[in-house]
This record gives sequence, C-alpha cells and structure tokens, in this order.
Amino acid sequence: MTSYSSSNKNYSKILHETVTKNYKKRMIINKLVTVFTIVCVIAAIIPLGSILLEVVKNGASAISFEFLTQPQGSIGSGRGGVGPAIQGTIIVVGLASLIAAPVGVLAGIYLSEFAKEGMFANSVRFFNDVLTGLPSIVIGIVGYVIIVLSIGSFSVFAGAVSLSIIMIPIVVRVTEETLKVVPFSLREAGHSLGISKAKITLSIVLPSAKNGILTGIVLAISRIAGETAPLIMTILGTSLFFTGITGPVDALPLRIWRLASQPYESAHAFGWGSALVLILMILAMSVGLRFLAQRRSFKAAF
Amino acid sequence: METKETVPKRDSESKDAVPEGNSETRKTTIEASTEKFKVRIQNVNGWYGSKRAIKDVNLDVKEKSVTAFIGPSGCGKTTLLRCLNRMHEMTPGAHADGRVVLDGIDIYDKSIDPVVIRRRIGMVFQKPNPFPTMSIFDNVSAGLRLNGMRNKTIIREIVEESLKNAALWEEVKNQLEQPGMSLSGGQQQRLCIARALAMQPEVLLMDEPTSSLDPIGSSKIEELVRILKDSVTIIIVTHNMQQAARVSDFTAFMYLGDLIEYGSTNQIFMKPEKELTERYISGKFG
Amino acid sequence: MTSSSSKNSRYISSLFVVRKKRGDHLFYGLVIGAAAYTLLMVGLVGFSVTRGSVDIFLAEGIEFVFQSNWNAVEGREAFGAFPYIIGTLLSSAIAMLSSAIAMAIGVPISLGIAIFISEIAPPRIGTPLSFITELLAAVPSIIYGLWALFVFRFWVRDLIEKPLYDAFGGSIPFFAKTPFGLDIFTAGIVLAIMIIPIISSICREVMRVVPDSQREAAYSLGATRWETVRMAVFPYVKSGIVGAAMLGLGRAVGETILVTMVIGNVIGPSAIPTSFFSQGQTLASLVANEFNEASSDLHLSALIALGAILLVLTMGINVVARLLVKKKIKVSSGAKSQ
Repeated sequence: MTSYSSSNKNYSKILHETVTKNYKKRMIINKLVTVFTIVCVIAAIIPLGSILLEVVKNGASAISFEFLTQPQGSIGSGRGGVGPAIQGTIIVVGLASLIAAPVGVLAGIYLSEFAKEGMFANSVRFFNDVLTGLPSIVIGIVGYVIIVLSIGSFSVFAGAVSLSIIMIPIVVRVTEETLKVVPFSLREAGHSLGISKAKITLSIVLPSAKNGILTGIVLAISRIAGETAPLIMTILGTSLFFTGITGPVDALPLRIWRLASQPYESAHAFGWGSALVLILMILAMSVGLRFLAQRRSFKAAF
Repeated sequence: METKETVPKRDSESKDAVPEGNSETRKTTIEASTEKFKVRIQNVNGWYGSKRAIKDVNLDVKEKSVTAFIGPSGCGKTTLLRCLNRMHEMTPGAHADGRVVLDGIDIYDKSIDPVVIRRRIGMVFQKPNPFPTMSIFDNVSAGLRLNGMRNKTIIREIVEESLKNAALWEEVKNQLEQPGMSLSGGQQQRLCIARALAMQPEVLLMDEPTSSLDPIGSSKIEELVRILKDSVTIIIVTHNMQQAARVSDFTAFMYLGDLIEYGSTNQIFMKPEKELTERYISGKFG
Repeated sequence: MTSSSSKNSRYISSLFVVRKKRGDHLFYGLVIGAAAYTLLMVGLVGFSVTRGSVDIFLAEGIEFVFQSNWNAVEGREAFGAFPYIIGTLLSSAIAMLSSAIAMAIGVPISLGIAIFISEIAPPRIGTPLSFITELLAAVPSIIYGLWALFVFRFWVRDLIEKPLYDAFGGSIPFFAKTPFGLDIFTAGIVLAIMIIPIISSICREVMRVVPDSQREAAYSLGATRWETVRMAVFPYVKSGIVGAAMLGLGRAVGETILVTMVIGNVIGPSAIPTSFFSQGQTLASLVANEFNEASSDLHLSALIALGAILLVLTMGINVVARLLVKKKIKVSSGAKSQ
C-alpha cells in the first residue's frame, strides 16, 4: 500500500477556490427551491380552505329541520328540503357497504393468507388494481346494463351494486396490505397449536389487523358516499322517499348536481346545504365507526 | 512530511502530553506541547429533544492523529462524533450546544454554515452507502461536482488519487464506469472513504466503519487508517476495543453520556486511571 | 402404548381432523369466492361496456371514434366521439390541459408539496400538512364541482383569464375566445387541484422509502438540502414520480361530475376546443349530461361507446402507471434492506 499522496496540497487549494466561487449560487438555488415548495403547499391549501369555507358559509343558512326531513317543494319555491336524498344516501351507501365490506375483506384475506403467489392470485391483484382506477361513469354503465336493464327500472339495488364495485377493490387492497404487516409469528403460534387456518385467521390475525382494515373500510365508504356519476345511471333520483329496493331513490350527490343545474337562487342554497350535510355525514360516519372500533378494543383490554 | 508522532512513554508523566478531558482532578496546560490541536471540543452537550445524550464533554483532538471513541452501546460516542460535523442536528428534534473549535473557528458559531464545515470534515458511516445509481467514478467525484468543479482533468486526477489513498485503485482502475453497488462490502466502504477523501478534508470522522465488514475487509481499513493519519486527522468510533488499541493514538472512553477518561491509547489500555475505564477495558461489562 | 389405545387415539384424532376440514373448507370457499368475484366484476365491466356499445359500432363502425358530429334528432342521427376524446385529453393534460393543464400545473405543485413535506418540514409541520392534503383527496368531486361552479370560476375568470385575454387575446390563438370562466381552462385547473393530493402523496410515499443513509452521505459531502434531494433522493424515485403523475392523469381523465359542471357543455364539431377559453366536453361529461335524456337506443349506445373509449384510455394509463410505481417502491426497499 502506498503512502498518502502528497500532491493533495494543490488539490485542496483548487477545491477551496471552486467551493468559494460557487457557494453563493448554490445557497441561492437552495433558498429558491425551498420558497417554491412552500408556495406550492400554500397553493394547495387555499382551495381547500375556500371549499370548506364556502360550504359552511353558504350551506349553514339553508339547514333547518324542514330541510333535513322534507322532500323538495315545487321548483323555485325554496320550500321543502332534501329529506329523500339524505335517506337515499344512507340506504344506498349502507347497502353497498354491506355488500362490499365482507367481500372485500374476504378477498383480501385470500390474497394475504391463502395464495401469495400463483397466476390466480396475481391476476386477482392485477385486476383489482385496474378496478380501482376505473372512471366512475364506466361503473355506472355497468350498473345500468347489468341491473337496470335486467330488472327493468332504475333502482336502489343497481346503485348499491355499482357503488360496491367501486368500494370492493379499495377494501381488498387495504385488507391485504394490513394483513401483510401482521407478524408471521402469530400465525406460526396458531399452527403449532394445531388450530385450523380458518380459526387462526378469524380469531388471531384479523383482530390484530382490525384497526387498519376498519380505517380502510371507512375511507372506502367516504369515497362512495360522494360519488355521483354511477348514481346518474342507476338510481335516477326522485323527489320521493324510499319505495323499495327495486325502485328509484334519491341521493345527496345526485341532488346537489340537479340543484346546481337549476337557475334559482333557492335551489343553489339547497345545493350548498346538501353539500354541508353530505360532508357532515361522511365525517360523522368515519369518526363514529372508528370510535366504535376503539371502544371495543378498549373493553377487550380489560 | 510531518515527523512521526511519538507515542508517549508508558511510565513517565507522559499524561501531560495530552490533557485529560472532563476530569475534576486536573487539567494540564498545553502550552508546553508543541503539537497542534485540530479539533477542540468544549462543553458540548448533545440533546435528543429534552433528553441529554452527551453531557458537558471537553476534549482536544491532536492534529494528524487517530483518536478513538469507545464505550458501551448508548454511551454517546456516535452522538459526539456526529456533533463534530453538525450532522447531529439533522435528526428531527436533536440539537447541540457548546463549542467545537476547528483551527480556531467555532463551527457552532451562528455565522457558520454547516454546509461549509462538512467540506472540511468528512464522514464515513457504519454501513457503506455509495450512491446506487452512480458509477464508481461518479461516486468518488460526487462531492467535487456538487461544489461546482467542472475541470474534467482535475476531477479525474483527484478521483484517481483518492482511490489510491483509499487502497481501492488497483482493484477498480479498469472498471470505473461500473455501478458503485457492484463492489463487495469492504470495497464499498473503501469507495465511501475515497468519496470522502476526494473533498480533501482536514478531519475524517469514521462511525464504526468496519462493523459491517468481514475480518479481511476490516483489517484493510485499519491499515488504511494508519496510513491516512499522516495527512488527515482521524476520529473513529468503535465498539471493538481491540480495534481501538490497534489503530488509535488516543482514546476517549465514554459512559452514559459522560466522558470518563481520555488519554493516549497506551495509557488508557495499560494504566487506566478510572475504575470504570478499567472495568470496561477488562470486559467486566459491555 | 397398547394397540387398542393407540387405535382409540387415532380414531379420536381423525374425528378432529374431519371437523376441522369442514370449517376450513367453508372458509376457504368463501375467500376464494370473494377473490373470484373481483375477476367477475372485471368481466362484468367488459361485458356491459361491450354489449352497450355494440349497436353504435355496428351502425358507424370505427368511424365513430374519429367523427365529430353529434346529432340526436330522430332520423338524422349521427354520432362521433372525436371532439370529446380531444376534450378529455386536453383537460387532463391541463390537469396533467383539461387533463393537460392539470398535469402541467399539478405535477410540479405536487412535487413541490412532496419535497416540502418529506425533506424540508420538521415532523411537527409535515404530519399535519400531509393530513391536510389527504383531506383534499377526500372531498367528493361533486363538492369540488359545486365550489368550482359558484366560486372558483370567477377567480379564474377575473384573475387569470381576463388578463390573459386582454394581453394576448388578439395575438395568440390559444387565448382567443372571450373568457367567462366555464371552459376547458377552468376545468383543467380544478382537475389539477383535485389530483394534486393523489400525486403528492404517492410522491411522498416513494420518497419516504429512500434510506436515510443516502441523504446522510450527501450531507456529509457538504450538500445543501436541495442538492441532497437531487443527488440522493431523485435517482431512486424518478420513475415512481412518473407513475404517480400517470395515476393522477388517469383520475383526471375519468373524472365526470366535476368536469361536467365547469366545462361548458357543448356538443358536435364545435366541441373541438380551439383555445384555452373554449367551452368543451369530455367523454365522461357528455355521458353524464345526456344519459338521462337519451332519445333513442342508438343514442344510448353512442354514449356507452364513449364510455368504452374512456375505459380503454384509462386502463392503458393506469396499468402503465401502476407498473412504474410498484417497480420504484420495490427497488428502493430492496436497497434499504442492505
């Protein structure tokens, strides 16, 4: 091994010169980039702030007991409310969740616990991903062609199925990801005790992943609660309350759209009010569901 | 070439050659010594949030020597090392106070930009971290290009010299365009050393540089350190006491954030003054 | 152990085995059925879109894709998808213009946000900030549409469009038409706002996976923060960023209700946008507009065919995007584990 080269004295000087020369420029560029990123963040926050502000500002004044429970009065009269839409949202979203949550979780369990590799599992994963990226209008088409045309009418069922098509891939993904994080040692312990795979999954693995999966479900429900396009083609929207699973129904996103398209101030006000109600409902649902989950795990801890 | 630094004689009052750190008993003056101190650590505290990881450390590092920081896990030796090039404060919530004087300039002074300091004080990490998307050549020259050096000839010369000084040149001189990650672990670490050396640092900080390497790789790096110290002041953190004994001229022993004892390596290992030091050296705790 | 007691224990344990198997089988059947349902859904999508659009393709053939007429009047029916394909691509390009404008604005801004949260801001600020951007992603597009229709379009018209029109309206054809806020430009900008959270959170994810040791290496050489990002982080995440951008693009392309509320809703050859301030139409927005009033089966088929074209477009973009992002995260975490 040679000894340390002694020409370093010159290089040191050269380097020092270069460093000093460029220092200022580099510092300025660094500052500029920092400023740019901050501007970007502000640019993103402003719309959010404005949206929340406008919804609350314009929507709060429209809300009343009548608004929440009555169907709409004659167009342009400013009377009545969006009761049917609220009811419809709860029914359709609720039904969709009832379909999507179990199917999604089960499929996620399959992908995580039963078949990590293999053509079937991989194609399920792949197409699941494809589904998450589908335009909602296409989902509406599916609901229309498959259900509306078969049953013969726009219906709650069609809307629920369409929304479930949007929701399932999200739940599958979240479930698989969450289950993957559960340490393998838990499963190993179950196996070594001779417990069947079904029981291991249901009693051991799933409970420890409960929070993550629930969060995913809540997120998925929030997503579909705000979807409009599929509803246009499946539930039609009416001014009546729920008449049956095979009949049309109204929902908040749809109603907002229709109200916004009308030229009357009162309709617009109703639109803002509905938007506020929708946001509050989504918020309440996500907080409520998560709270319920915490409580149960709290109790279990004692 | 500097004269070879003499190892203080064992039985004399040679402890005077380097002042002890943090001792309540005595602080020897340094005017008598003719050797310079490259880095003077004065009353340095290092914090992680509200937890004080290193407490009031005082230590003078001799120029062109190898100083080792040893101590059990969690004693603060790595934290102290990272305070020397102001990397410690990069951890969220971490900060340090005190003075670290490099050639008369306190690097913690408000007017000093850490970016500048890190040019003069280089660092090599525990796990080799070459830039994976860059070739060997580009890895070594990364720091140079960063600082705006454009002259291709000079860059080439510096790269060659740095690789030679890191004892890697012969092995890679015909494959400089290969990706940095294609080398073995020991080679990657020498690549990182070359990368640090290319910046012509005056001080080289090494954080357990051989702990992820096999014995042959480790010994190559230890050999390297012994040669490099003729031109660069080296401070090395190691959890391997024998390595410290083999490689360093001065050793600082730390425990739970305090600097317990600091002196020439011979003295620390042969005649430790503090009982704690003696117990650590003889392996009574780890 | 005598032979009789071993026979007993074998009998008993075989009982357990049988019972286990039945419950296990049922569960297995459930999960595999659920997984298969995913494939079924995909099949349903393909089937319904094909069946619904068969009529128009039979009537007009592939010409449908390139034609511009849109006439629903009985007897003189003619439908063409061309203007809306352009409209879709354009608005997405704005969002990525109405998809292109979104991208041109959205990608840099998303990157800026991602860099800020990931590299610059201390966790105290970074965590709530990323929460806020997630909130943005959670706002239903109908509410974006509402806000854009009644509030934002005036901002755009007065703060951006009018000045641009006054300055360049005569000279540059891109700014030619009189702006009144409901046009491709506004649609593009609102789309950009909508996809920014998506793109930036993915960018942030791929940046997070970059090992800290890389950043430390750069800093120890005396790099500034931006230089560290450029040297240590970017090489890892380049294709991840492209993938994120394309995911955002996919979302912008498929967005329906928001676009239909602000894009101005024109049909036929005039729907081919000639300037940023033209009213326009996208594939999705037209379907949403006309679906409930479709006058004939052929009309309906044409609308569904628009959906088919949109489907093909979106799928292509999304598949490429997912592959890119997945590859990047795998590479980074592979390197991290070294």
